[in-house]
Amino acid sequence: MIEKITILGGYDKHGDKEPVEEVVIKKGEIVGVVGPTGSGKSSLIADIEQLAQQDTFSKRKILVNDKEPSYEDRTNPRKKMVAQLSQNMNFLADMSVGDFLSLHAKCRGASGKCVNAVVDLANTLTGEPIKKEHDLTILSGGQSRALMVADVAVISNSPIVLIDEIENAGIKKHDALKVLAGHGKIVMVVTHDPVLALMTDKRIVMKRGGMQKLVGTTPEEKELSKKLNKIDEFMLGLRDKVRNGEVVEEVGIEDLE
Amino acid sequence: MRMVIVAGTPGSGKTAVLIHALRSLIERNLKSSVIKIDCLYTDDDKKFSKIGVPTKIGLSMDMCPDHYAIYNIEDMITWARENKSDFLVIETAGLCHRCAPYTINCLGVCVIDATSGPNTPLKVGPFLSTADLAVVTKGDMISQAEREIFRERILEVNPECKIIEANGLSGQGCVELAEEMLLAKEVSLDEEKLRHSAPLAVCTLCVGETKVNKKYHRGILRRIDGFQKYEGE
Repeated sequence: MIEKITILGGYDKHGDKEPVEEVVIKKGEIVGVVGPTGSGKSSLIADIEQLAQQDTFSKRKILVNDKEPSYEDRTNPRKKMVAQLSQNMNFLADMSVGDFLSLHAKCRGASGKCVNAVVDLANTLTGEPIKKEHDLTILSGGQSRALMVADVAVISNSPIVLIDEIENAGIKKHDALKVLAGHGKIVMVVTHDPVLALMTDKRIVMKRGGMQKLVGTTPEEKELSKKLNKIDEFMLGLRDKVRNGEVVEEVGIEDLE
Repeated sequence: MRMVIVAGTPGSGKTAVLIHALRSLIERNLKSSVIKIDCLYTDDDKKFSKIGVPTKIGLSMDMCPDHYAIYNIEDMITWARENKSDFLVIETAGLCHRCAPYTINCLGVCVIDATSGPNTPLKVGPFLSTADLAVVTKGDMISQAEREIFRERILEVNPECKIIEANGLSGQGCVELAEEMLLAKEVSLDEEKLRHSAPLAVCTLCVGETKVNKKYHRGILRRIDGFQKYEGE
């Protein structure tokens, strides 16, 4: 049972000690990772995915329940405690969606019955439906992203979930986040999107490859987040209208207040 | 002295991964000598000498690079001993996927690129299946699911091997590789044997025949339908 993870700070890109020396994330918490491009957000996520033991570029160390995880815990996918949704969804695999998912279920020691569940879930997140017989290589960016969200949620069902920039995916990001951030999990979200960032409990601010600051989400921000959510839903509604070939006439922006 | 033989497909990141691992050995005051075997050209020796490791290049030219590496192992051991090295590291650009240059007492390291697709481990043959260690590179370029499938495929081919996920750019996993190098056995030239036989490659093409027509070919020949015969005296 994972109660908490601890990130012990290392060094930034210039070799200076990171200003934030320790971050503790408890079960059930959602933590944002924010900062400009190139500030080291993805590297921080990668360190956690590998449960780094001062063996990566940053020299950070990740503790699980205050202890160092074993090499087996770090590498064997059947024991893996981390599920990661990365930006890299290249699908170099020359196989069908169904074969890929069954193979992955086998790696993770999950039942082969998961495959249908993954495809069904993915289809709730994306426009054009994905079929099991489809070749992975013909999927669109949005479809493959949706498939990976569902794969992480169903097959890689792990207590720690890492999400790298879900907003660029062309999928319903709030639904996707809900699917991924299951009850009692530790969730980290890399994001440029204030709507997502303010939904979290706290956020790590990255700069020059190092953890610069830890900011707790204030009650005011949580209020603002609700408003932003409304704006976001409004934008999504418009997007769907345009996508479906409708003509937008009346826009009630004042309703948002 | 310990011998580490590193094989892998071109561009898989053998040199980058090794440089990080050797740095980690230098930090522990351990000395390495590197031999880089390639076919026609390499400038990897410059990269190794930058970190202060004595380096020699061997270009196999007309000879198969793995055969060339095996044939020259004795000289390499002698040279590394003269350098008073703790490790002799041989990096070889085996290209045909049929040879495995590992000897029984060396640490056999196969560097394999995760972006080459999940069927690659099934294709590459003895240089993966007889390795002690599979170092998987470029895993950061694919999704976690693809990485896990790639790993599973390696274990299908070589269930005994240890897998290290490494990154030649950041150096991730390379300390792990250095740790494994420390566990390698002492090399002993008289007892050294190949783990896997080199292929039967004694046909007229090996000695320079350029004509394509079947009637000009002699030696151990295998037809596309799988029929194999010896043609000649």
